[in-house]
Amino acid sequence: MDKIVVDNLTLQYTDGTESLRGVSMAIPANAITVLFGPAGAGKSSLLRCFNRLNDLADVKAVSGRVLLDGMNVLDPAMDVVALRRKVGMVFARPVVLPFSIRGNVTYGLELMGIRDARRLEEAVEQSLRLAALWDEVHQRLGDPAIALSGGQQQRLCLARSLALQPEVILLDEPTSGLDPISTGKVEAALQELKKDYTIVLVPHSVQQAGRTADFAAFLLQGELVEFGPGKDLFTHPRDQRTEDYITGRFG
Amino acid sequence: MNGEAGTPAARGQAAGRRPRRDWGEAIITRLIQLSGYSAVVFVGLIFFFLVREGLPALIEVPLRDLFGTRWYPIEGYFGVVPLLTGSLVVTGGAMAIAVPFGIGTAMFISEIAPRWAREVLKPLVELLGGLPSVVLGFLGILILSPYLRQLLDLPTGLTALAGSLLLGGIALPTIVSIAEDALDAVPRSYRDAALALGATPWQTMWGVTLPAARSGVLTAVLLGMGRAIGETMAVMMVTGNAPVLAVRLASIVSPVRTMTATIAAEMGEVASGSPHYHALFFIGMLLFVISLLVNVIASAVVFRQRSRAERVLS
Amino acid sequence: MSLPGSPAAAPESDGGRRFRTTSLQRRLAQRIGFVWLSLMAIATVVPIALVVVYIVQQGGPAISWTFLSGFPSDGMRQGGILPAIVGTFYLTLGTALFSVPLGVAAAVYLAEYAQENALTRLIRVAIINLAGIPSVVYGLFGLGLFVLFLRLGTSILSASLTLSIMTLPVIISAAEEALRAVPQAFRTVSVSLGGSRWQTIARIVLPQAVPGILTGVILGLERAAGETAPILFTGAAFFLPRLPNSPLDSTMALPYHLFVISTQVPGMPLQIQYGTALVLIVFVLGMNLTATVIRSRARARRQW
Repeated sequence: MDKIVVDNLTLQYTDGTESLRGVSMAIPANAITVLFGPAGAGKSSLLRCFNRLNDLADVKAVSGRVLLDGMNVLDPAMDVVALRRKVGMVFARPVVLPFSIRGNVTYGLELMGIRDARRLEEAVEQSLRLAALWDEVHQRLGDPAIALSGGQQQRLCLARSLALQPEVILLDEPTSGLDPISTGKVEAALQELKKDYTIVLVPHSVQQAGRTADFAAFLLQGELVEFGPGKDLFTHPRDQRTEDYITGRFG
Repeated sequence: MNGEAGTPAARGQAAGRRPRRDWGEAIITRLIQLSGYSAVVFVGLIFFFLVREGLPALIEVPLRDLFGTRWYPIEGYFGVVPLLTGSLVVTGGAMAIAVPFGIGTAMFISEIAPRWAREVLKPLVELLGGLPSVVLGFLGILILSPYLRQLLDLPTGLTALAGSLLLGGIALPTIVSIAEDALDAVPRSYRDAALALGATPWQTMWGVTLPAARSGVLTAVLLGMGRAIGETMAVMMVTGNAPVLAVRLASIVSPVRTMTATIAAEMGEVASGSPHYHALFFIGMLLFVISLLVNVIASAVVFRQRSRAERVLS
Repeated sequence: MSLPGSPAAAPESDGGRRFRTTSLQRRLAQRIGFVWLSLMAIATVVPIALVVVYIVQQGGPAISWTFLSGFPSDGMRQGGILPAIVGTFYLTLGTALFSVPLGVAAAVYLAEYAQENALTRLIRVAIINLAGIPSVVYGLFGLGLFVLFLRLGTSILSASLTLSIMTLPVIISAAEEALRAVPQAFRTVSVSLGGSRWQTIARIVLPQAVPGILTGVILGLERAAGETAPILFTGAAFFLPRLPNSPLDSTMALPYHLFVISTQVPGMPLQIQYGTALVLIVFVLGMNLTATVIRSRARARRQW
């Protein structure tokens, strides 16, 4: 069952650069789909179409459709706020809000107007457990989030998105600044989360792509070159360009 | 919230909560927008009222007299030229003091002074900037003017020179802090490159750093000048208030009258709607236009410099 | 190996000697230049310190409880300056009341809502111009609009409104800078969690910008408190036997009082003049100090 269907998506920025050219793909539910490729391939742009975060950028023209559970996300009538709660995002550099650990997790819920203390506390514990951070922080939830280490901050950002009970989680090079141990913890958390969420990940290395992908999409200069199950794509790529990139002939 | 969020039913639910928040937010947004426009509105208002009360002067007073050389309201003379020259002389003198000392101090703080000296100098300069001008005028009357009178053997110490000295002190903090910011903003790499090529720190300062910061320094000078032109109380208290045409060299050590001091000194005793009243507003108009010009030039300088820098760096 | 500009470990050739002499000349020129600049800086700064010290020294003896809490008598030559202190306090409060909400809102507009177009450029030019208008011209404007046209008369209200417009550009600049200093990433995160623009501003951006805004507000009010020209024809009174009890009353004020007693009262005891100047300085510099303290404490406590 496909969670997100991209239908002939083309995206152009006001400075003329064309970020996506006629991309079409189907992202299955409850799996980790990896979008990888060299810099400038359009991976982040594609990701930001899923939660309409591209509205904040200088986009000149968008054509095509992005269907989430059958509804076109790019439709101007779409309730963008509800969409963003349903499709959460974790960014490359961990950006913790200037609040406490608890305050970070509850921020999204407070935006919705939820004030019931018990409900908030439950959400805090649940989200932090899902992000594999609860054990490390549950005794100091009132501490400023900025005091956490990089890896912990990133898992906090994950928990922050999880608190809104999304259906899809987008991650844009989430472990690019982290040490191997923290990276491992994040990847392990994702493996657990995929059972209940649809995960779309832009990895920061081909190795990470190979490690985590259930499904993989290779993007090159705005075009989708190849899409398939992770095992198949990384061992027997069908396109020569995919193989060249995976084996490091260009990067 | 789960899979139903995309269905029309859930959309309706979310939409049901939205209008109330949107409506409140729309009002707030509108208020913020109007506040944003307020600056323009106020400038317009100020200009409008100055013109409303100042333009009649052009009608009531023959143009030749308005731009004549006698300001003697009691007998109906409203020539603004002596006031213009008064402002010019005092401001010119002030800049002659403030620019070298201001830029020199800024260079010192930014390029030479050790950390501890900077921590002392910057607050002190800010302190000067915070002193109300009436306090400086007060000290000018009690200390500066008598001292000048003694030193230069003058009939009175209330002169353009005293005004220039005080005004220089008033414009200084503006020049120092803005110029110092500009110098500080010059990238380290410029200095390092010059030093690596064999220049001494002194040569680097004047040959590389200062030119690199020149738009900021120019802005500092222009804004300092604007501050000097617009100063009222200090000059009113020490320049002697004699609306005499200030064109001879000796004028520097004689009493003069600035435009600002004229308004401040005479407005209180003027009948609303009289030619004198309108003439004072006319002077206000002149001051408004002058400060507008100075500011426009200052921002044009910065704009041109910035776009040139952008072209160079891109 | 020796660096250029320093005395080389000279080879015997002629070129080495020439090099050495020139570099010596350059170093001497630099030494002189440094000394000259430091003298300039000292000449700029020492008078400031001396001035403050002198005022404290001359005015200190005048300060007493009666001075601060009493009314002037004998044509200002004796008594206290309470009405001037209270008046300045009311004027500062009034200025804050009008300029802070308007200024902060305008700054929010510029930092968070406005796009880079001609209208925004016009607004910025207008702000720069407001900042440059001479204070006495503000006085004229206040006279024309508030005192006469709106018939508010010579009052605390007229003077405060005049001072607020004068203070507006300072507050807008400082507040806009404080808002822009808040990292953009916070806004992106907030939006990605479903926050609207106003929610993001109200919950994250504004609270984080408060120290910077507060500093700017205090510095702006400090200037307003020390200004004489804008209140000359809009609210200042020479002498009032009672404290003002409504915003439509005129009032005495410290800067105007100092001006009056130093220029218009014959036989004015010097000590009282210095004492008044001292009170004014303490008031103004106290605000400066507060702003500085807020600024450095906020910088230390920043969560980004």
